[in-house]
Amino acid sequence: MPDIKITPLGAGQDVGRSCILLSMGGKNIMLDCGMHMGYNDERRFPDFSYIVSEGPITSQIDCVIISHFHLDHCGALPYMSEMVGYTGPIYMTHPTKAIAPILLEDMRKVAVERKGESNFFTSQMIKDCIKKVTAVTLHQSVMVDNELEIKAYYAGHVLGAAMFWIRVGSQSVVYTGDYNMTPDRHLGAAWIDKCRPDLLITESTYATTIRDSKRCRERDFLKKVHECVEKGGKVLIPVFALGRAQELCILLETYWERMNLKCPVYFALGLTEKANNYYKMFITWTNQKIRKTFVQRNMFDFKHIKPFDKSYIDNPGAMVVFATPGMLHAGLSLNIFKKWAPYEQNMVIMPGFCVQGTVGHKILNGAKKVEFENRQVVEVKMAVEYMSFSAHADAKGIMQLIQYCEPKNVLLVHGEAQKMEFLKDKIEKEFKINCYMPANGETCTINTPTKIPIDVSLRLLKAEAVRYNAQPPDPKRRRVVNGILCVRDNRLSLLDIDEMCDEIGINRHIIRFTSTVRFEDPGPAVKTAEKLKTLLSEKLEGWTITISEANISVESVLIKVEGDDDSTKNIYVSWTNQDEDLGSYILGLLQSMVQ
Amino acid sequence: MKLYCLSSDAAKPCFVLSFKELLIMLDCGLSAHSVLNFLPLPPVPSTRLASLPNYTPPHLNDPLLEGELKECCGRVFVDSIPEFCPPLDKVVDFSQLDVILISNYTCMMALPFITEDTGFKGQVYATEPTLQIGRFYLEELAEWVSGAAGSAAGAARRWKELLHVLPAPLAHAARPRSWRRLFAPAALARALARVRVVGYDERVDVYGALDATAVSSGFCLGSANWVLRSAHEKVAYVSGSSTLTTHPRPINQAALRGADLLVLAALTQTPAHNPDHMLGDLCVHAAVTLRGGGSVLLPVYPSGVLYDLLECLSAHLDGAGLASVPLYVLSPVADSSLAYSNILAEWVSVGKQARVYLPEEPFPHAALVRAGRLKHARALHDDAFSADFRQPCVVFCGHPSLRFGAAVHLVELWASNPAHAIIFTEPDFPYLDALAPFQPLAMKAFHCPIDTSLNYSQANKLVRELRPRELALPEQYAAPGPGAPPRPHIACDAPVVVLRRGLARACGARRGLARGWLSAALAARVAPRDVRAGLRAAPLAAALRVRDRRVSLDDAPPGAPGAARRPPPRLELAAPDVDALVRALAREGVADARVERGADGCIVHLPRHDTLVHVERHATHVFCEGDAGVRQALRRAIAACMPHV
Ligand SMILES: [Zn+2]
Repeated sequence: MPDIKITPLGAGQDVGRSCILLSMGGKNIMLDCGMHMGYNDERRFPDFSYIVSEGPITSQIDCVIISHFHLDHCGALPYMSEMVGYTGPIYMTHPTKAIAPILLEDMRKVAVERKGESNFFTSQMIKDCIKKVTAVTLHQSVMVDNELEIKAYYAGHVLGAAMFWIRVGSQSVVYTGDYNMTPDRHLGAAWIDKCRPDLLITESTYATTIRDSKRCRERDFLKKVHECVEKGGKVLIPVFALGRAQELCILLETYWERMNLKCPVYFALGLTEKANNYYKMFITWTNQKIRKTFVQRNMFDFKHIKPFDKSYIDNPGAMVVFATPGMLHAGLSLNIFKKWAPYEQNMVIMPGFCVQGTVGHKILNGAKKVEFENRQVVEVKMAVEYMSFSAHADAKGIMQLIQYCEPKNVLLVHGEAQKMEFLKDKIEKEFKINCYMPANGETCTINTPTKIPIDVSLRLLKAEAVRYNAQPPDPKRRRVVNGILCVRDNRLSLLDIDEMCDEIGINRHIIRFTSTVRFEDPGPAVKTAEKLKTLLSEKLEGWTITISEANISVESVLIKVEGDDDSTKNIYVSWTNQDEDLGSYILGLLQSMVQ
Repeated sequence: MKLYCLSSDAAKPCFVLSFKELLIMLDCGLSAHSVLNFLPLPPVPSTRLASLPNYTPPHLNDPLLEGELKECCGRVFVDSIPEFCPPLDKVVDFSQLDVILISNYTCMMALPFITEDTGFKGQVYATEPTLQIGRFYLEELAEWVSGAAGSAAGAARRWKELLHVLPAPLAHAARPRSWRRLFAPAALARALARVRVVGYDERVDVYGALDATAVSSGFCLGSANWVLRSAHEKVAYVSGSSTLTTHPRPINQAALRGADLLVLAALTQTPAHNPDHMLGDLCVHAAVTLRGGGSVLLPVYPSGVLYDLLECLSAHLDGAGLASVPLYVLSPVADSSLAYSNILAEWVSVGKQARVYLPEEPFPHAALVRAGRLKHARALHDDAFSADFRQPCVVFCGHPSLRFGAAVHLVELWASNPAHAIIFTEPDFPYLDALAPFQPLAMKAFHCPIDTSLNYSQANKLVRELRPRELALPEQYAAPGPGAPPRPHIACDAPVVVLRRGLARACGARRGLARGWLSAALAARVAPRDVRAGLRAAPLAAALRVRDRRVSLDDAPPGAPGAARRPPPRLELAAPDVDALVRALAREGVADARVERGADGCIVHLPRHDTLVHVERHATHVFCEGDAGVRQALRRAIAACMPHV
């Protein structure tokens, strides 16, 4: 089965919920199982009825691979395993397995308790789902079954994010999930070896952007925060508990230390300590610098950043507060926003993308008044800043990854159609490989040349190497092997002919030709043979010619001289059927010599 | 395949395997037994040790020997920087090594001796915990040996020439001329910088010739057995393995099954002692001593069993009403070792891993540190340590040989007080020899060795389950020779190769096949014919491409430069049918064939062409005195009536 088939159930020409079906070598693999944060109805989850309209789904999917803990990559997993009924293997890295259930539970609470949604998975379902997960480590080669192998590579992006290499037989695919190619304050850059997959499935969130340097954005961010607190303003930074929050904390912590600032910084979420603890314990997944210094000082033990208490909201004077959730759609960050928004000296910094319908989305689009369900209207006089700290690869990074792993085809997901077009063009031009960008529900078929494993006789290879190395070096010269191809129990081998006869116990029938040349050459036969050998050596340069008494052999062609000292000699030339070319050539040579 | 053995210490192994034209070193253990022949190096000056009398062998006047030997507690010791016994360097040229594979941190201490100033150009592979904890062990050792009070002393050499006149046990020192002083810190740093980190079950490509995979061995954090695999051969190296349940990830046995060659090393050094019982005894001895007002000294390495000791002992003392007794860990690397153990979530047992998901540290010692119960310091004279040192207490510190490190000072200090106790847990040194320079000893000494490596019955069970085709092991583990007294050993149904330091042994079956890849295009062109049931064959001429030792067979375009000088071979399976041959010759225009049938074949005469065709069961011989045209006609005719592929 030389085709690889890909069908996005999500992330096909959109940034929403990643869920991609991959079929290769008779195996079906689901890459990510995300939910869409912008919908409250059934569009939130991937359309599993695409896979099988009714009946068990488990028999249709060989395994599910989750790239990282973001909900747009794992949010539908409990739904799939506990409500749709998938019971097959699920793979993710250890940090993802540790952190994903916390985010899933948070999201569940918001959906069920605040929005009153029904038909949602329960806390117990999340626990049961995570129990079924097999945790993998980086570079570990995991055999899902006898033919399907997967391997995780470091992806940066968030703690525990991984890219996955997937192989069936001689075909392989790399799926990136979300990744970034530049190290940040707490994570390293994505890395992959030259694994030359048949297909690279890459995210393309920033397909057209070449982002300004990280340093500039950081300086900008610190400057804004500093200016605001200097004037006595309050800074609100809505974040999600895990991910950017830690990066921004490290950034502020080091800045406060360096500038010796006294203004309080608070991290306002129940999860703070817990979240930071995950980073402390999975420190091997962070960047080089943090790993090197953690014994002396764990970067996630913050000196300047203190836990927040609700009563601080009305405290006078400057402060900086990190609060969840990140899109200002509920909870503490929204409460703080309502209190602080009407004052000009205050500021809110949105460090990431906001889904339509959220307060975050509204104010980023310039809304000066925000109305709430209870008809409460909040005037927005505070400064609103957007600063992208989300860690995705930009166009340059994507091109770099392609260069690293040298795929034979590229497929773009997790991006906007127009931007994808641009990148597709660039990839096809620059790398001269095909690039695909299927929409959701659209199947993309990629034909790959297959290679069939074969056992090759070392004797055959060594004989070839000897012949090849005996010739003057010429890089253009083709190397050729001749042998017998055997097919047994569906296994192929290429053997030397005698080896094959020995191994399988058949007696080869040998056809031999012998012709005689008469030569008038008085003297001992040995002398005649020596003369002939000298002549042959001149004519047959590069061939192995040996002599033993009156017998000469030119590789496998035998020449024997017979006759009394004073009479005519009989020269017998003998060769097997397959040496006809050489045998007849030598015979011709000897015939012309004696005339 | 050939296997060289470079270490005489089966618990600190070092082998070199030549496999697929590569030289692969398996472990590079450093035997430290030699240090027991040296005087202790106290971390702070000791008047007792400094004032020991010189020793001179009777009837010998050798000025070169002056000051090299001292008499202490009725034994003779060498007064010099202690020396170690690295792997043999005469049998294998270290500059020719391609790869070094390390199984765990107790088996890598000789690394700088192999890789530094030897011309070594290869790769070194180990897991992340092996590298980190190995670094702690090595740095601790280097700091103690170089930082000790008496380290100004030069290297004593003369005594090595005079072994025959020295008293036991020095007289029986094994090959002291090959002993070496520890490497300089710079060489150590360079050697460690060479190590490439691998994860469990990560397939490492070794120069395209084979894959090397580290699989969990269950012995300590990051400990690994190695599986070497080419397309047709599998070698398993099992070193330092444990089937007990402790803090590391459990042993992965499945990966080791069915190897062509199984190399077994580093079994337990104390087969008579059950580690669980020893741990229980230790807790009891410690509690009794503490209750009596004495302190407990545990000479240990800075990682490994230490973590289990901290966990079990603290819990036991809590239960015994001794929760207020402080625990001290003294080591130049104590802080790093304790911190590291708690970030290695991916390398610990499932139970410990579950704690990380909460998230809580996998080991309780972090909580003990936070609670002020466990204190750690770099050295004895650290202010932080000496300021709040109070007794009775439990002190964990090195070195288990009692020849250097803080333990030397503490034994000197406590030796005369019978209330104190020293408990030996590390299995590397005979405890009585370790204590020899401190006699007479009033403090109690207990021997509770905890070695979780396989014992003989566990190893025999493992070998039976793994079913290797061939087993290689050090002579210590092999069956005793005929007439020798019986002792526990490893038995195996498969052939056993016995290894001894300095010897090379051939092993492993030779396989004549390499893995290649056939292009689909070429595969589609060949049409194999049935040779017999279940076997089909066809001649094949293919363009060969070898890149990084990966063999590819593709379609050979006709007439390509350097193309086949010989046509693809044809395999004739049986003699031609003679009647068919005569008819075929007639079609070729050779019509006067006369057939003469004999007992063992037929002769076909072609008198007009002066030619005879002798057809036998396994050979057809054509004696052709006619011209080339006749011969070609004969070839075509024979080909036409002969079964072949
Ligand atoms: Zn993401």
